[in-house]
Amino acid sequence: MRECVEPSGPWRMVWKQLRRDWVAVGAAVVILAIVGLAVCAPLVAQVTRHGVDTQYRTTGLTADGLPRPPSREFWLGTDDLGRDVLVRIAYGARTSLLVGVAATGMAVAIGLVAGLVAGYFGGAVDTVVARLVDLVLSLPFLLFAIALVSVTGPGLAIVIVVIGAFSWASVARIVRGLVLSIREREYVEAARALGASSWRILRVAVLPNIAGPVLVYTTLLIPTVIVAEATLSFLGLGAPPPTPTWGAMLNEAVHYYQVAWWYVVFPGAALLVTTLAFNLLGDGIRDAVAGADR
Amino acid sequence: MMLSFVVRRVGLGVVVLAAATTAVFAIFYVAPPDVARALAGRQATPETVALVEKRLGLDRPIWQQYLSFVWHALHGDLGYDYYHQVPVGTIVLEALPATLSLVVGASILWLLIGVVSGVVSAARHRTVTDRLLTGLALVFYSMPTFLLGLLLLFFLSYRLSVAGIPIFPAGSYVPLTEDPANWLRHLLLPWLTLALVLAAPYTRLTRAAMLDVMGQDYIRTARSKGLRKRHVVYRHALRNALNPVTTQLGIDVGQLIGGVVVTETVFSIDGLGKTAIDAIVQQDLPVIAGIVLFASTAVIAANILVDVAYAFLDPRVRLH
Repeated sequence: MRECVEPSGPWRMVWKQLRRDWVAVGAAVVILAIVGLAVCAPLVAQVTRHGVDTQYRTTGLTADGLPRPPSREFWLGTDDLGRDVLVRIAYGARTSLLVGVAATGMAVAIGLVAGLVAGYFGGAVDTVVARLVDLVLSLPFLLFAIALVSVTGPGLAIVIVVIGAFSWASVARIVRGLVLSIREREYVEAARALGASSWRILRVAVLPNIAGPVLVYTTLLIPTVIVAEATLSFLGLGAPPPTPTWGAMLNEAVHYYQVAWWYVVFPGAALLVTTLAFNLLGDGIRDAVAGADR
Repeated sequence: MMLSFVVRRVGLGVVVLAAATTAVFAIFYVAPPDVARALAGRQATPETVALVEKRLGLDRPIWQQYLSFVWHALHGDLGYDYYHQVPVGTIVLEALPATLSLVVGASILWLLIGVVSGVVSAARHRTVTDRLLTGLALVFYSMPTFLLGLLLLFFLSYRLSVAGIPIFPAGSYVPLTEDPANWLRHLLLPWLTLALVLAAPYTRLTRAAMLDVMGQDYIRTARSKGLRKRHVVYRHALRNALNPVTTQLGIDVGQLIGGVVVTETVFSIDGLGKTAIDAIVQQDLPVIAGIVLFASTAVIAANILVDVAYAFLDPRVRLH
């Protein structure tokens, strides 16, 4: 009896490689845990019996009106208004992940279209897109983000749009480079000789071949975006209070780091663990994609 | 060839400057600041507000304000701030020494830490040292600048001071001309904050480039000639590995600005970044426009310098 060897597609190869990389698997588990924390934030509130914005002025603050350290009542301590740090971190995960995914999605969507069009069609379109990319990458992002948010007023939507509007350029640059090299391959020429339309060539020949690098870059863009959101929140220009965000918590914690270490350390750890996990996963996917190509 | 390359880069720089200043004014066109009312006071009559607006030139259409800004900027005059009528040029010049001190020191540390750790990591490929350095680089790569600043403030400034070892002050800036020793002491933590975050990608980049170069034939040839490993690593490999590092440097000069803004805020250094944030909060358009113009010019100049240096190092670049 002959055993049938099933030809494995490229994605299955990537998946097989990735499964063997225990660092990447661990990172994925951590990311799932953080997603779980975000999804189950109301559950955390229920278990601790503490509302996310409720100020426990008697139980949650010391006699001097200072934050209380971690205890059986408040597992991760309280903040300067007597709110439960654990519950706020859980709800803060929602903000970070929402902005991370939404702004990355926006950047990748714009960057993918711009890069594909510029790289495939070339000519004047390419010149315009390439110059625009150069321009966006040359502008001091943080100063512009701050100026924009200061006139529009802080808000979650504006944060997503501002970060997305500045992040698409690097995606477009990478996609354009990839498309430029694929455009000249024999199989694209063959498809064109057979009379395939540009749209079909892009969909069948180009997109599948850039999907790997784009996936890697997308995974690595999420932590960058999360850091950008946290930085804006830290500067007081993220989602307006009392929306719980890790960056805003750290902004308030600045004034209390001498008396309340937990107020700095726990939101900071949540932020660092999240970005670290996404970067580790991104590195793992990159190695897996490179390994599957071999 | 070289000349046309430089001309093209400067041309792009001018376009970026025009776009950056236009963008600043466009932002304020969408949402005009209510500075006149704030200045005139709550009790002010509409006539007084109109008078203040006229004095600040806010009664003109925004495109006229923009053209007059450009006209004056071309003549070296950045205008006056709305609140105290101080020339913006003076504000920039006063904030500049603190920012320059921060940037120059941090950049030296940044490249030193980044390149050295990358080379060591590659030279000891797959050893404990390599794993440790790569791991640390990833942690700092994932670390937001403000978080690292806060952690350093907490552990190295506050905890050490409480323990009776007050080496690191908790922020602020002391001019170099006033007290060089204190200048250094106050800048150590800000330098470290900015440098560690910026260095992390360079550790990774240098390591990857070194490993790539070390696999090349000419390295094997050099080794088989009997040259010592140390000699090959530092003389032959490093020189070629630095090419991609130089390219990245051009891209990252702009990133430096964001890091400077955050570091100055965390350590309360009265430099350009903190001045910009304060101006943005007060909607002081001339100061914001002046600093954005100044910062963009600095980034573009640095970018051109890096590109030209790179074109000198690697003649292949000039052809494109």
